Amino acid sequence: MKIKSTVITKVDFERTLMRLAHEIIERNKGAETIALVGIRTRGEFLAKRLAEKISKIEKKEVKTGFLDITLYRDDLRHRFDKPVLKGTEIHFDVTGKDIVLVDDVLFTGRTIRAALDELIDLGRPATIQLAVLVDRGHRELPIKADFVGKNIPTSHLEEVKVMMQEIDGEDTVLIVEPAEEKS
Amino acid sequence: MPLSMKHLLGLEGMPREDIQLIFDTASSFREVLERPIKKVPTLQGKTILNLFFESSTRTRISFELAERRLSADVVNFTADVSSVQKGETLKDTVRNLEVMKIDMVVIRHRAAGAPHFLTQFTNANIINAGDGAHEHPTQALLDIYTLREKFGTLEGLHVCIVGDIAHSRVARSNIYGLQTMGAKVSICAPKTLIPREIEKLGVGVFYKVDEAIKAADALNVLRIQRERMDRGYFPTLREYREHFGISKERLKRIGKNITIMHPGPINREVELTADVADGETSLILQQVLNGVAVRMAVLYLLGTGN
Repeated sequence: MKIKSTVITKVDFERTLMRLAHEIIERNKGAETIALVGIRTRGEFLAKRLAEKISKIEKKEVKTGFLDITLYRDDLRHRFDKPVLKGTEIHFDVTGKDIVLVDDVLFTGRTIRAALDELIDLGRPATIQLAVLVDRGHRELPIKADFVGKNIPTSHLEEVKVMMQEIDGEDTVLIVEPAEEKS
Repeated sequence: MPLSMKHLLGLEGMPREDIQLIFDTASSFREVLERPIKKVPTLQGKTILNLFFESSTRTRISFELAERRLSADVVNFTADVSSVQKGETLKDTVRNLEVMKIDMVVIRHRAAGAPHFLTQFTNANIINAGDGAHEHPTQALLDIYTLREKFGTLEGLHVCIVGDIAHSRVARSNIYGLQTMGAKVSICAPKTLIPREIEKLGVGVFYKVDEAIKAADALNVLRIQRERMDRGYFPTLREYREHFGISKERLKRIGKNITIMHPGPINREVELTADVADGETSLILQQVLNGVAVRMAVLYLLGTGN
C-alpha cells in the first residue's frame, strides 16, 4: 500500500467534526429530535464523537446507536468470504425521530442503501439524514449526503483510507494506491 | 471468513474456529429476533428444502422460522404424504428435487449417513437435522451456545448428559462439540443404555444420577422413550424416574440447584419433574430461542457467497 497524499490531517480532523456537529444542530434546530446512528465499523466511532460534541454544545444527551449492514448487503451471493457480523445495537425506538446516519466514506452509495433498508425495518423515522466524513464521488445509486466533512475527488483505482484514534491509533485521512488486484 | 465445509453433517472433527464463528454469528441473529420486523433480506432468492423423513415438529419449525426470517423460499417435504410411500428411493427423491434447483437441503432421516449420501447427488448445501442415532449437530450447537451464554465460558465446564445415550444422536453431537470447545463431558445412564466402548470417546461415566449431579456444572437431560421400556432396556418408566429422574426433591436432598437442559420434547414426570423443568435453573426455553438464532447462523454462513 503506497500513500499518495494526506487529505485530512490530525488537526483538520477535529475541526471538521466540530463543523459537522454544528451543521447537524443548525439543520435540525437543536438536538431535541435527533439520534445518531453510526454504520460499523468506523461510523460507530465517528457517531460517538459527534454525539459527544453535540451534547456539549446543546447541553443535552444525544441518543446514539450502531448499525451493522452486513445482512442487508446486495453482494452477499457474489462474495467468497462471509463478512463477519459485528451486530446492530440500537436501544431506542427510531420511529418519529430525525435519524442522522454517520459513516466515514461515501462512495458507491450501496452501504447507505443497505442502512436505509435496515433502519426502516426497525421503525419509521421522521427523517433520515446522512453525515459522512469524506465524499469521494463515484455514486452508483441516487444517494447524497446532507453533511459532508470533505469532498475528495478520486479515481476508481484509488482507495480512501480513514484512520481513527480508536482503531488505528491516529486521526487522519489518506489517499492510497490499492493492494494487488486479486484474480 | 467462511466455514471450512460446504455442509453441516456433524460436529465430529469440526474445527473450533468454525464453532466459534457460528456462535458469534448467532449472537447477531439473536438481536434480529428482538426486532419488530424479525426479518432480514439476506437469503432472498435462495430455495431451501426441509426434507424430513422422520416426524419432527420442534426441529422443523425451528428451521422453518430461521429460513423464513432470512427471507429464503421454503419447501417442505414430509415423508408420510409423499412418493416415498410409493417406494421411491432417497436417491431418486433428491435427484428430482435437485433438478428443480434447490440451494440448500435440511434433512432428517432414520438412516445414519443419509446426509453424507446426499452430498453425492446434489450441489446444494446439506444440513443434517438428525440421522439415525448418529448426529444432530444443530441441536448440540444450540445446547453448547446456551451453556456458554449462561456460564460465560465453556473451558473446563463439566457437562453431564443423562439418559438414553445409546440411541441418542443429540448425545453424540454434544460430546464431540463440547470436547472441541474445551468442556469436560460425562454421561449418566443405566448400563443398558450406555453404548459399548463409550470410554473411547473420552467421557466420564456415572451409573448413579446423584453422583453426576454432585460432580457436574450442568445436566443435559435426554428424553426416555417408551419403546425402550417395551424392549426391556429398563423395567418401567416409574423405575426409571425413581433412579434417574431429576426432581426438585432430589436436588434439594443433594443440596445443589444444578443447571438443567433438555432438547425436548419432555416426558414430564419421567426424566424431569415439572418443578425442575419449569424451575429457575432450567435453560429449556432459552435453548429453543437460541435454536432459531443458531440455525439462522448456520444457514447464513453456508448459504452466502458460493
